[in-house]
Amino acid sequence: MIRKFAAILLLAGIASIFMGLLFTYEPDAELNTTARYYAERTAADIGATNIVTAIVVTYRGLDTLGEVTVLFLTAAIVGLVLAHGRRRTSDKRRLAPVGELLATGSRFLAPLIILLGVYVFANGHLTPGGGFQGGAIIASGVLLILLADPCRCLSHRVIDTVESVSGLFYVGIAILGIVLAGGFLDSHLLPRGELGALFSAGAIPLIYALIGLKVGAEFSSILAHLSETEEL
Amino acid sequence: MSGLVLALTVLLAAAMIGAALVAVIGKSLPIAILSAGLVSLVASVLFLLLASPDVAMTEAAIGSGLTTFLFFFILGRMRGGEHD
Repeated sequence: MIRKFAAILLLAGIASIFMGLLFTYEPDAELNTTARYYAERTAADIGATNIVTAIVVTYRGLDTLGEVTVLFLTAAIVGLVLAHGRRRTSDKRRLAPVGELLATGSRFLAPLIILLGVYVFANGHLTPGGGFQGGAIIASGVLLILLADPCRCLSHRVIDTVESVSGLFYVGIAILGIVLAGGFLDSHLLPRGELGALFSAGAIPLIYALIGLKVGAEFSSILAHLSETEEL
Repeated sequence: MSGLVLALTVLLAAAMIGAALVAVIGKSLPIAILSAGLVSLVASVLFLLLASPDVAMTEAAIGSGLTTFLFFFILGRMRGGEHD
């Protein structure tokens, strides 16, 4: 009873905060200074048609590096915690067979889902989406493979190598930016190119492809660890 | 925001609240997981209507896709322990 009362009280409190926000909300008539700077200068400065990507990869690139690091830590901790319950490859448990629909469907869909993920991060500077979204889509393709065949062991060596190599190249490109361009994670490392072309916007496509591979590998490693552990 | 879009937004918001209630109150775990995925799916459509396609893609891929799959994955592993 008292728990229910506390929950209702908490909900009412949150609701009152949101009501206050809602009733004092006034849409801005024009962009504020920072937003106007990004909206006006991105096409000329960075050469990306997707302003969000220009902000995420170049203007606020250090934040993105931090986010990737947080995700890496998560994957590492999941791996550390679940490493003890690793299933032996020899004694596979008897599992009920997955349905024909899932088995055939996953064989057909998983490559297409992974292709969509690659498309999303390769076009991150042109269309909505980017490395994080593409990586998550790739990981859902991997998850579909794992669901269809729970006994399949994904090669941890491949996943770890992709993850480390893309991370190293990401930081390497960032440091090259100090030497060859304006600063850490500056995307003017490569020529800006034509606005709207696939190979344009300097180093952004390269950086986003690396982020996509890294995020995809991190999520896949979390999923593979979860699927392989025995005591859950 | 035109009238039609506003009506659609209100409808989607109502559907989101309904799905969230089903997820919290419902007795069946698979239906609760599906409703939680539906909340994310509707949220991603709402983000799209609010003109933020990047956030909508993240929400659809992680909130609606990956987490729902993951919950089902775990549910399949802990069958029999549902009455905790």
